[in-house]
Parts: sequence; C-alpha cells; structure tokens
Amino acid sequence: MKDKNILTVENVYKSFGENSVLRGVSLSIKKAETKVIIGPSGTGKSTLLNNINMLIPPDKGDIYLEDEKITMENIHKIRQEIGFVFQDFGLFNHLTALGNVSIGLLKVKKMDKQAAKELAIEELDRVGLKDFADSYPAQLSGGQKQRVGIARALAMQPKLIFFDEPTSALDPELIGEVLNVMKELAREGMTMLVVTHEMGFARTVSDEIIFMENGNIVEQGPPEQLFNNPRVERTREFLFKLTELYGEGGE
Amino acid sequence: MELIWSSLPSLMEGALVTIKITVFSLGLGLVLAIPIAFGQVYGNKLIKLVISFYEKVLRSIPLLVILFLVFYGFPRIGVRIPAFTAAVIGIGVRSSAYQSQVFRGAIQSVSGSQLKAALSMGMNSMQAFVNIILPQAVRIAIPPLTNETAIVLKDTSLAYALGVIDLVRHGGYIISTTYRPLPIYSAVAVIYLIMTLTINLSLAKFEKKLKIPGIGIEERAR
Repeated sequence: MKDKNILTVENVYKSFGENSVLRGVSLSIKKAETKVIIGPSGTGKSTLLNNINMLIPPDKGDIYLEDEKITMENIHKIRQEIGFVFQDFGLFNHLTALGNVSIGLLKVKKMDKQAAKELAIEELDRVGLKDFADSYPAQLSGGQKQRVGIARALAMQPKLIFFDEPTSALDPELIGEVLNVMKELAREGMTMLVVTHEMGFARTVSDEIIFMENGNIVEQGPPEQLFNNPRVERTREFLFKLTELYGEGGE
Repeated sequence: MELIWSSLPSLMEGALVTIKITVFSLGLGLVLAIPIAFGQVYGNKLIKLVISFYEKVLRSIPLLVILFLVFYGFPRIGVRIPAFTAAVIGIGVRSSAYQSQVFRGAIQSVSGSQLKAALSMGMNSMQAFVNIILPQAVRIAIPPLTNETAIVLKDTSLAYALGVIDLVRHGGYIISTTYRPLPIYSAVAVIYLIMTLTINLSLAKFEKKLKIPGIGIEERAR
C-alpha cells in the first residue's frame, strides 16, 4: 500500500525536555486526499507538521514522501515538494505579493525571471489576487495575506500542502475567502493536510478527520463517522464543544 | 576671513583624507559586522562566546590605544603598514564591534515566521539570510548606522596621532605658520559639521527610498 501514499508518517515521537508532545503518531495521505487534524491546543498538531518537514526534527520515527525517506540530507529538496501555509502567514514584508510568490521559483527552483513571473501571476490569479500583485504585505488584509501565502505554496508545484491553522489569525469576516480557496484546491485534487478548528470545512471538504489529543491520535475516520458515530467518547465530547463554539460552519 | 579662504584648498585636501578613512573604515567594519552578527544570532555557543569576547574587548579599549596597538603591533609581526592603513584597520575593526550590534538587533527584529517560511520552501539558511532576512535588516539598521557613520567620521581625527595627514593635521600645519588657531579650528569644525550633516541627510534620503510601502503611516489598500 505504501507506494500509493504521498505521505507516510510512522510512529513519530517528539519531546521538548520533559514534555513529550508526540507519542507515536502514524498517518498517511494518498494523492488528492484532504485530511484534517483537529484537537485541543498543545496536542502536538503543529509540531507534527513541523516534524514532517524537519523544521523541528522528530526524536524518533520514519517519514516518507512517496517512497523517499525524509532525512536532514534530502530535506531541502523535500521541502520544495511540501507547501506550507502558516497561521501568521509568514509573508516576506519587503517583497510584493508577486515577489513573495516568485522568490522560491527564482532562488530555489532557479527558474528564469520571465517564467517565474508568469507562473506567479497565474497562481495569484488562482487565489483571486492578480490585481494585487504589486501590493506589499502591509497593504493587504489578513485574508488577502493568507491567500498570497497559499499562492506562494502553490507556485512551487508541491506534491502536497500543509495548512497550519490557516484561518486562526483572521477576522471572522475574512475566514470565508481563505476557506473558499482551500475548498477549490481540494476540488481540483490538491493533496492537503490541514490543522484547523473550522468544523464546516472539516465536515464538508475532508476525506478524513484525525482527532489528536496529548500527542496521540485518538480516532480517525471519515467526517460522517466521526460526527455521527464516534467510536471514542472523548471524540464526541470534543466535537460537541467545537461545534458549539464555531457552529456547524454553515455552508 | 582672508586667512580661511586661503587655507581652504589645504583644508579640503585634508577633508578628502578624512573622508577616505571614514569610507574605508566603515566598509571594513560593515564587511566584518555582517558575518559577526550572523554568527551571533545563528552560531553555536562557542561562536557566540568568541564574538561576545571580541566585541567586549574592542568596546572597552579607547580608540587611540587601539590605533597605537595596530600601528606598532603590525611591524612587530613583520608587516609594515603605512599610518593611513593602520588608521583604517583600527577604526574599522572597532566599528565592526558596534555595527555588528546594530545588525544583530536588526536581524532579530525580522520575524521568525519569515525565516520558517523561507526554509519551508526549500531555501538553505544562507539563502534565507541573504534573500529574506538581510534586505529587511539593512532597512532597520539604517538609522543606527547613520549614527555610527557620524561617530566614525569624527573619530578619524584620532588618526592625527599616527601621523596621518587628515583634516585636523592640515589645520595644524596652517596654524604652525600663521599662529591663528581659533579661526582655523573654527573652519575645521565647520567642515566636520557640513560633512556630518551631509551624511545624515543622504542616509535619511536613502532610508526613505528603501522604505517598504504600507509600513508606517500612510494610506492602506483595502
């Protein structure tokens, strides 16, 4: 089965000093799947994403991108193939939206200027921001910034994209525009691993929901199953609380 | 007035030497300061310790003493250097200790999430530093560097002690033949003032030119 997976995570452990954040997490994603990780704060969701692309190397466990084991040796190549969208955007403040999207193409992929620009414009268009190509991050709204962040990830033509709470830093009014872009990507067949509290998105877009707590995966399954028939009582409790807090996500 | 007028060509010659020392020392300081600041932010414990020692030592010794140590020290290890070069090395190395502090602060003020974003798209640390961190750090560093430039310009007058024929020494030559110290030193002071103001003005212009749109007070796009 492994050869069909885009990403395979096997038994990953991570501690920070005494605090063990991940205690043997395994998961996999196939091409064009969208999986959503939910769970309380401090559960290790973000740490897991950072472990996979070695921004914070795990203590133990194997991670594969397709058939290639991810190590510190091949990490620069691997990272080009895993897009990353951050909660706080991580946009480069001294570059325009176009500059943000094209810099990876120029400096990492060594594309020539014209080709990089064309591709970057295309990706900005895809997130509805072609007209803002020359704007600097400080001139954009939060939702626009995050869409630039998504375009920047897309431009690298990754095999999959991580979203680390992409809407948590946004005003409620701006969440929709970002989620819509993500839904569109899912529809187009982008492979995505999303950490979010947006239940509406999880319910309607994801192929599988992964519920994590205290560094473990408590339960995972298709959204209908987790929402309607969770196997573990704790899952029901958590989903109930989230739904109460964030609503059904009114589609 | 006549005296000042007639001394002007000689003083200008001195001012040119002063400018040369300033430019070369600042350049040397800058070239040393950026890797030092890089090491101080991203280096391991040993590198940080060595750098912090380097800075503490250079910032604790009076510049005049540093200049003498360079001037008399180099011949001791078999390298003969002219006074001008000794002055540039002494002033430049000391400036590197101050400039590196400026750059360290500037580098640290660029948000960590930008570094994370740069690494996560496949840049190595060097690419991330050169393409993302440094261009922003330089902008942040301009105002404190303006200050450092003015300080270095004024401190070049200590090169006088090594026998460099700079603005102050040219003034001294004129005084030794005319016995009119006050008007000559006043003229020297005015020339320093003009040079300092010019530096402040042009660096302020440079800062404005490099300003990132949207940061600071101005109209924002909706």
